[in-house]
Amino acid sequence: MSKNNQNITSRTATIIKAHDLPKPTQKTHKGLKISEEELLELYRSMMLQRRFEERCMQMYQKGKFGGFLHLYSGQEAVSTGAAYVLEDDDDFITTYRNHGLGLVKGITPNEAMAELFGKKDGCSKGKGGSMHYFKPEKHFWGGHAIVGAHLPLAAGIAFANKYQENDRLTICFFGDGSIDQGTLNESFNLAQLWKLPVIYVVENNGYSMGTAVQRHSAGELVDRALPYGMKHDVVNGMDVFSVIEKLSEIANEVRKTKEPFFLEIKTYRYRGHSMSDPATYRTKEELQDYKKTDPIERLKAYLLERQIAKETDLQSIFDEVDKIVLESIDFAENNDFPSDEALYQDVYAEDDFPYLT
Amino acid sequence: MAQKQFREVICDAIREEMERDENVFIMGEEVAEYNGAYKATQGLLEQFGDKRVIDTPISEAGFAGLGVGAAMNGLRPIVEFMTFNFAVVGMDQIINNAAKIRHMSGGQVKIPIVFRGPNGSAGQLGATHSVAYESLYAHLPGLITIHPSEPYDAKGLLKTAIRDDNPIIFLESEQMYGLKQEVPDEEYLLPIGKAEIKREGSDVTIVADGKIYHVAKKAAEELAKDGVEVELIDPRTIKPFDIDTVIKSVKKTNRCVVVDESHPFGGVAAEVGFQIQREAFDYLDAPVLRVTIPDVPAPFSKKLFDLWQPNPKQVIDAVNNVTYRS
Repeated sequence: MSKNNQNITSRTATIIKAHDLPKPTQKTHKGLKISEEELLELYRSMMLQRRFEERCMQMYQKGKFGGFLHLYSGQEAVSTGAAYVLEDDDDFITTYRNHGLGLVKGITPNEAMAELFGKKDGCSKGKGGSMHYFKPEKHFWGGHAIVGAHLPLAAGIAFANKYQENDRLTICFFGDGSIDQGTLNESFNLAQLWKLPVIYVVENNGYSMGTAVQRHSAGELVDRALPYGMKHDVVNGMDVFSVIEKLSEIANEVRKTKEPFFLEIKTYRYRGHSMSDPATYRTKEELQDYKKTDPIERLKAYLLERQIAKETDLQSIFDEVDKIVLESIDFAENNDFPSDEALYQDVYAEDDFPYLT
Repeated sequence: MAQKQFREVICDAIREEMERDENVFIMGEEVAEYNGAYKATQGLLEQFGDKRVIDTPISEAGFAGLGVGAAMNGLRPIVEFMTFNFAVVGMDQIINNAAKIRHMSGGQVKIPIVFRGPNGSAGQLGATHSVAYESLYAHLPGLITIHPSEPYDAKGLLKTAIRDDNPIIFLESEQMYGLKQEVPDEEYLLPIGKAEIKREGSDVTIVADGKIYHVAKKAAEELAKDGVEVELIDPRTIKPFDIDTVIKSVKKTNRCVVVDESHPFGGVAAEVGFQIQREAFDYLDAPVLRVTIPDVPAPFSKKLFDLWQPNPKQVIDAVNNVTYRS
């Protein structure tokens, strides 16, 4: 069992706290060369993701769309920090918990909401749904919903970048559940063996669906890099400054060495695994403890304390993003469903493929 | 024209396409230094170097998925499986990633990749090494499945496959790699999804794909000595399947036997039989019969193996049955 775990007594049993967060960076925004405008943009981006998903949940509960809905709330510092650090043409790929990363990579709220509603102008034309956002023109290579199955894809995207001798990095996000899949080991082996410019990031939010990390993975997650001789590190994912600081160092190094890197980001999801999950496997106290480390509240406190922004400024950012999200709901509701013909489109390269009937 | 072995034309097709397009590369177990487990990549490492001819670890899920990712991001990978019996370990990458990402992304991502290698039984190798996967892959939307039986077809179809923007399953056979045929010296391409009538006849139609085509061919030769003229159709592509050519033939012969290396349930023969009953019901003078591998795994023992593997006598018996000669 991990040495960092604490036991928390719940009403029914002694359960294990998800993990201990590493200490956040002590650096200020100036130390990290983040301008005040950028600080506000980071705040805005995290707030947009948070508000988007709060509204998603409302729409889901109202029965506006079906399917699965896995929320990212709590983990926004990861997506936001990564998008801040990496270049626009660096390649991102992630899991089915993909709303936040999709938004930071350039899927518009309209496209994102319309996809949830299964409408024709969704970011995957209504064919992917919540779990399968795509926008390759913005180098967002998808939401992937078989746990661990996209790790080899990331190696391949990085392989193609190396083959074509461009300078693009690939960053692959996955949850702690993916750690246990064979594809992680096969991908790490290939990436290190062939020196592929890819950053593998486990967003360790403490739970593989409802199974606590200590109950599903032996040893420390970051140590999965060791057998391959892969460089690795751990960082606090509830603090956007820490994510930015660490990923900047890593990105510079991977761009220089063209070798892979494995980063464990410790973070926490506030909602259940999906909408049907009441999360009885964790205590309310644990959830409340993590909410005290909320990345948005943390940045807000920083901005106010240093008088970079006033309450009213932050309120107007909230109002602005809420308006954008409400407009995206209008857009999604008014957007058409795909045509009947669309059923037989986008399966093969040819639109006239002779399908069997 | 030159006599070429099946393995040589596979290699020629890959070489020609690699010369034509820098984004084409090949990877797989033993494809480079070893020159291919079955020598279908002989000399490619020497010609193209290790950037484009790449030995992989025994890591099917890893390199199949890596190939898909590379295809998404602009390359045209050829992924060799030492046999499709080993591809099963990486099948999630084929079924969920290669076949579905174009669709799930609303057509934004193309995946031009060829997965190729031997398929089916290669003699007494036991159950795990003897499965014919053409029906299983053809079942899945998003994939194209090609199953040639002769060197001429294999070369023309493989070249087309490498240029195609769909993910393609290209099935060969260890037992056919030594098979020789006249192949043109000049470049040629063959269309995907077109069957070939390889022997014309008026008494009965036989449909047979891949290695099993040769069993049907032998049966047709025997039957001819007995005055029965078989129309022998090689579909060459399993998906899309050229059913029109089959229906046209059945309307002429009024009888059909489908010979297929798959197991019977939901196999190629089942699909072809269904299509014939729907499209040519009034033309049939006998039920469509099939000769397939039985509904059991491959046994090792020579005696049992010979019972398991379809043979020309079974095909002849089926033809005698549909022509009411038995």
